[in-house]
Amino acid sequence: MRDVAVVGFAQRQMQDYDGSPTCAELLVPIFAECYEQTGWTKRDIGFWCSGSSDYLAGRSFSFVSAIDAIGVLPPVNESHVEMDAAWALYEAWLKIQTGEVDTALVFGFGKASAGVLRRTLSLQLDPYTLTPLWPDTVSIAALQARLGIDAGLWDEAAMAEVVNRSLTDAEKNEYAVRAGGSSVEDLLARPMFADPLRKHDAAPVTDGAAAIVLAAGDKAREVRERPAWITGLAHYTDGLQLGTRDLTRSESASRAATAVGGLDGVEIAELHAPFSHQELILRRELGLADDVRLNPSGGALAGNPMFTGGAIRIGEAARRVWDGTAEKALATATSGPALQQNLVCVMEGAL
Amino acid sequence: MSRTLSAPVTVSFDYTRSVGPVLGRFLTGLRDGRFVGALLSDGRVVVPPPEFDPLTHRATTDFVDVAETGTVTSWTWVSEPVAGQPFDRPFAFALVTLDGADAPLLHAVDVASPDEISTGLRVRARWAAERTGAITDVVFEPDTGTASALVPPATEGDVTGIVTPVSLDYTYAASPEESAFFRGLAEGRIVGQRCPQCRKVYVPPRPACPVDGVPTVEEIELSDTGTVTTFCIVNVPFLGQKITPPYVSAYILLDGADIALQHLILDIPVEEIRMGLRVKAVWRPREEWGTTIENISHFAPSGEPDADFDTYRHHL
Ligand SMILES: [Zn+2]
Repeated sequence: MRDVAVVGFAQRQMQDYDGSPTCAELLVPIFAECYEQTGWTKRDIGFWCSGSSDYLAGRSFSFVSAIDAIGVLPPVNESHVEMDAAWALYEAWLKIQTGEVDTALVFGFGKASAGVLRRTLSLQLDPYTLTPLWPDTVSIAALQARLGIDAGLWDEAAMAEVVNRSLTDAEKNEYAVRAGGSSVEDLLARPMFADPLRKHDAAPVTDGAAAIVLAAGDKAREVRERPAWITGLAHYTDGLQLGTRDLTRSESASRAATAVGGLDGVEIAELHAPFSHQELILRRELGLADDVRLNPSGGALAGNPMFTGGAIRIGEAARRVWDGTAEKALATATSGPALQQNLVCVMEGAL
Repeated sequence: MSRTLSAPVTVSFDYTRSVGPVLGRFLTGLRDGRFVGALLSDGRVVVPPPEFDPLTHRATTDFVDVAETGTVTSWTWVSEPVAGQPFDRPFAFALVTLDGADAPLLHAVDVASPDEISTGLRVRARWAAERTGAITDVVFEPDTGTASALVPPATEGDVTGIVTPVSLDYTYAASPEESAFFRGLAEGRIVGQRCPQCRKVYVPPRPACPVDGVPTVEEIELSDTGTVTTFCIVNVPFLGQKITPPYVSAYILLDGADIALQHLILDIPVEEIRMGLRVKAVWRPREEWGTTIENISHFAPSGEPDADFDTYRHHL
């Protein structure tokens, strides 16, 4: 295996992006930040890979228009996944492992506010027995939350604690679209939205984009004193049928953690949990120790640009390795309904 | 004024698929007023039947009918329903484990308030009078002990396909550069943007130069006269067509632009259209103008001699 590290990261998160759904004009300055961090030009990037969705944009081939932001003369080596950009990162990491390229720039973008997000996402469900009912993402997450409450695995107070910690931490995150902790009592006094979820239990509808730069070996060392070396990367998916899954668990997350050899020694974890109870599920499934610092950025509850929220977790965790806050950091990304698909990425300061 | 122009857009299509032997059996059951489940290798009965066993990955072949009554195993209150959901007023989504099944089905329960539903509530199917073999042929309601009258289906035979209408509403925004283009059109001007690096002028403008990946910052006003670089004669009628074929759709390189604009060429017999033809925009009456390319009705021959091939050879 080749040694590959995260060496660059730039992001934007906003409640309502005033611009086109292909976000090309948003991506240009983000790429510029990545060039500045690395000292490279676009000719130094061996492979480009993006994550986005035409359903979110409301137009076909939206990722092709986004490529204007790269500038493609001479032509570039490029690919796309209809997934969170964390999976684009996985593809780019594989591409580097093949030896074909040494560097990659991974990006994701999504303008969730263009449509009704919780409704648009019904299109990712089984089109025969689920989509015709248009079960929205918030409702599906609420069914999952209640299963755990009824089983005694967590309660509304534990969910509120997650929210309170996230929004308190988000006060220090300049990109957060929602921030400001209060108290568990105050949060529990707020009205239900999708019983047993309150609005703050769900990630805010967020527009945005992000980019991550990967580099192998000496290329990475040229850019940073302490690259965030990827020492574990795996992803799994649970089945299509919601009914056959134990929704209080995330078997795919657990298997991914096992596949990377376990998560002992992780100090900081950025968990992609768009709903408060999903952080409780992930923490348990990943087997994280009690002293692991969770989501210092505020996590997805503070801002969750679609098709980028997971990649941002990887970027945020990498930053903690770069600056020495953590020797070993973890990031997860999720996609699909009720934590159906999960990716685990472990990064370390020393190989 | 907002930085960008936006407009509502609806994307809709009918998701039309054949359903195969497993889902076909389930949907045929719904049309007939029955729930068909699958017996899986681990002994569980699951509704709807998965096409493949999640453990052995073998095709599902054992089917069993389960009851139309069941128990709520989880629920949520939909306080703000969205378009397409089974009710357009607040209702409950629930996981319902039907009697005889070991895994729940996600569906809607018709209750008036969240106080009327709880985990453990007994529910019963309420069948639509007209059923087509779709998951929407049924909803659930609290079980009062009496079955609702089941109207026999109007059709026979197996359900072999579904049509799921999909319709999504968006507020579609143009980029700031595209917005400048459309605002210019509302004033009778054609506005392009110049790339600061390669100096190429794009019209309609793009937010970034696709060659250099930098913002196209400099606004350039273009002539409404140009040269046909290539064209096609449309002979085929299609849905939504506004002009009777045959007619010409062409790429027009406006004077001062580096990328051709697509528009109609009228006022000339289609057999006389040619590369190099000089054309001029025909604007609609000013009182009809909006922020749209339709302010230009079409392009028509300008009467000038044809352009030299060398003047547009690099723009083909
Ligand atoms: Zn250029």
